Amino acid sequence: MSSNTPQSGEGFAPAVDPSLPPWQRHKHQPHWRNNDDEYQGAKLGMWLFLTTELLLFSGMFCAYTIFRMLHSEDFERASHKYLDWEIGAINTVVLLISSFTVALAIRNAQMNQQRALKINLFITILCGLFFLFAKIFYEYIPKIQEGKVPGANFSYAGAESAYDPLFMSIYWVSTAIHGSHVVIGVGLLAWCLWVASKRRYGPTHYTSLENVGLFWHLVDLIWIFLFPLLYLVG
Amino acid sequence: MSASTHDDHHDVSYLHPKGGFFATVWDWMTTIDHKKIGVMYLFATLFAFFLGGVFALLVRMELFSPTKTIIDAVTEETVVTGQIFSPDTYNRLFTLHGAIMVFLFIIPAIPAAMGNFFLPLMLGAKDVAFPRLNLMSWYIYVTGAAFSLISILLGGVDTGWTFYTPYSIQGDEEHWRVVFMTTGVFILGFSSILTGMNFIVTVHKLRAPGMGWFDMPLFIWAIYATSIIQVLATPVLGVTVLLLTVERLFKVGIFDPALGGDPVLYQHFFWFYSHPAVYIMILPGMGIMSELIGVHARKKIFGYRAVAFSSLGIAAISFIVWGHHMFTAQGELASAIFSFLTFLVAIPSAIKVFNWVATLYKGSIALNTPMCYALGFLFTFSIGGLTGIFLGSLPTDLHLHDTYFIVAHFHYVMMGGTAIAFMGGLHHWWPKMFGKMYSERWALVGFALVFIGFNVTFFSQFLMGADGMPRRYATYVDEFMPFHRASTIGSWILALGFFVHLFVFVHSLIAGRKAPPNPWGGLTLEWTTDSPPIEHNFHHEPLVQHGPYDFDDVVPPHCDPADYPLPEPIESDSLKPGRTMH
Repeated sequence: MSSNTPQSGEGFAPAVDPSLPPWQRHKHQPHWRNNDDEYQGAKLGMWLFLTTELLLFSGMFCAYTIFRMLHSEDFERASHKYLDWEIGAINTVVLLISSFTVALAIRNAQMNQQRALKINLFITILCGLFFLFAKIFYEYIPKIQEGKVPGANFSYAGAESAYDPLFMSIYWVSTAIHGSHVVIGVGLLAWCLWVASKRRYGPTHYTSLENVGLFWHLVDLIWIFLFPLLYLVG
Repeated sequence: MSASTHDDHHDVSYLHPKGGFFATVWDWMTTIDHKKIGVMYLFATLFAFFLGGVFALLVRMELFSPTKTIIDAVTEETVVTGQIFSPDTYNRLFTLHGAIMVFLFIIPAIPAAMGNFFLPLMLGAKDVAFPRLNLMSWYIYVTGAAFSLISILLGGVDTGWTFYTPYSIQGDEEHWRVVFMTTGVFILGFSSILTGMNFIVTVHKLRAPGMGWFDMPLFIWAIYATSIIQVLATPVLGVTVLLLTVERLFKVGIFDPALGGDPVLYQHFFWFYSHPAVYIMILPGMGIMSELIGVHARKKIFGYRAVAFSSLGIAAISFIVWGHHMFTAQGELASAIFSFLTFLVAIPSAIKVFNWVATLYKGSIALNTPMCYALGFLFTFSIGGLTGIFLGSLPTDLHLHDTYFIVAHFHYVMMGGTAIAFMGGLHHWWPKMFGKMYSERWALVGFALVFIGFNVTFFSQFLMGADGMPRRYATYVDEFMPFHRASTIGSWILALGFFVHLFVFVHSLIAGRKAPPNPWGGLTLEWTTDSPPIEHNFHHEPLVQHGPYDFDDVVPPHCDPADYPLPEPIESDSLKPGRTMH
């Protein structure tokens, strides 16, 4: 799999030419043989990390599946009763757009389009912030005020079944874990924007940008499963 | 090849101090050198082993007599001084013993300590793939351990190391500390995941030139299989203890039957991780076994590929057998299926054991400490494995469930397997890690005490378990007293053995003879560099030209050929099957 031939010019160049643009000055860490191996290793590591993220959410999906099998009618009713599919749909579209723009940003880096790279990253961050804004101010806060909170603290008077609080538990825990990933993702994207503003991404070096993009796609993908399972049941 | 460009000042030992005391401490705290991180993990896990061992000794002390003994005494005394020990001190002791041994010692001990130190060395790499991530995972481990210690200092947890719901989520004050412990476990899980990811990428991307997948030492194969389990199973534990924590903090009710939840779901989640975790514990030990047997019997490992693939086979099967922890908590059909699947684990495990024994056949066996531990492993692990079959089959399990039989079984696998292999590996690699030889005679004394003490402690538990002594009780009927007494006396012999080892290691560090680069005549790459290794591991990037166990064809590096002559060629090729196999 790994090629052992040293790549010409890379790795042990005596000094980095300061007249080069910053993205060409990237030098791999000493234990790697060349920049390409370092890039491939980082990407493999990221895919492994995404696997662990998927398995983290699989626990929530598994709990959802079991309780929905046991109380399917209650879940279908609760889904319509407690959740507003329109806000969920808007957020889905927003996240899909952000996935598109982060993919464009990676392409911009590969094509050395520095200005477009920054614009696309900025749009991605705005989308992430919009998602959080809608989630918090149009879903979480009204629900807390109405007492539609998980488990034993559930105090909403209009509950029709004993399993309404359980549905809300699943909703809150899974969207909260997902929301925390959105927060982390926005933070990482902001860091990428900062790196991009220093012109350190370019055709030969965009490792961290691509890995953050992969993470953002996963966050999007999880939401694409959470949205129909929670909002569109029945 | 082209990589030999590092400067001369890097050719000093990695243990060489950097300036004064504080500068050296700072250097260790911020190091990204996999060897230093491995050594720090080694000492942290050994401390956890000591702590867990103290709790184990206290548990055995309590069981010395059928009624309450020391723990009552402690209670009366401490009540007088104003400190309150609640009556379930015993429950806390065995919980802390289990939780510390599992999460702080046995899971990280071999992969994080020895894996960190030797995986890059055996691959011929300068470091792991992500050195900074490696340092981060060490700090995450320390943070998780700190949370566990906080829960102990606040008075401990009495749920058993499995934190079963609904007991662990009850609202009273006692159970607040569960939150600290589960948060600690959640954090420790991240450390384990990051280490596993790091090792997988390292194996894929940083093998030395000439080292194909089937030229890797079997220890690497075992660590690789372990890493796969760590990456795939630990996140499920993460979400499980996370749910348990929010359950406790916000009463979300997912595991609480009073709120519509399902406590058995917790058991499924927990064991979906924790059964594979059993193989996180044993697979690295099996990897060490292959090194010990190969090097100290000077024989090519019989059936190299079978041993390598059986590691992956165990990793794969580990994910589909979790239900055998719940034979009494699930349907009959599910139990029957899980019982059948459980028997599958016996196949790859037995492949390994048979291949190690076949390797010993006509080998030049050196009865030194590492080899003695390897032989001890074959004995104790076989008992542990075969008694697992009793527990995997439904009719006998109903009788033996929750008795001392199962306690004895998993101690024979975990301690008689992993801890024994860990000790063997520690003696095997000690000269390489610290550049000092140890007293072979005293180490053998330590081995004898550990081996005898271990068997006395736990074999008696098989007997009383089969007679019906249930686990997790502080008191028992008089009939079981001889077994419990034997077990407690055995635990003292065991502790004495470990103290002998501690003495041997401390003596070695202070007054040990300087170790040569290759004291055992090994062929894997870690023996080609200095003892202790230099900062960048190798003086020149290694080029792999022979297999890791080609003792028949290759004179080991840094050894007098008179010490390790090649064997006489044997005319009849029927005597040595596999001799020309590659």
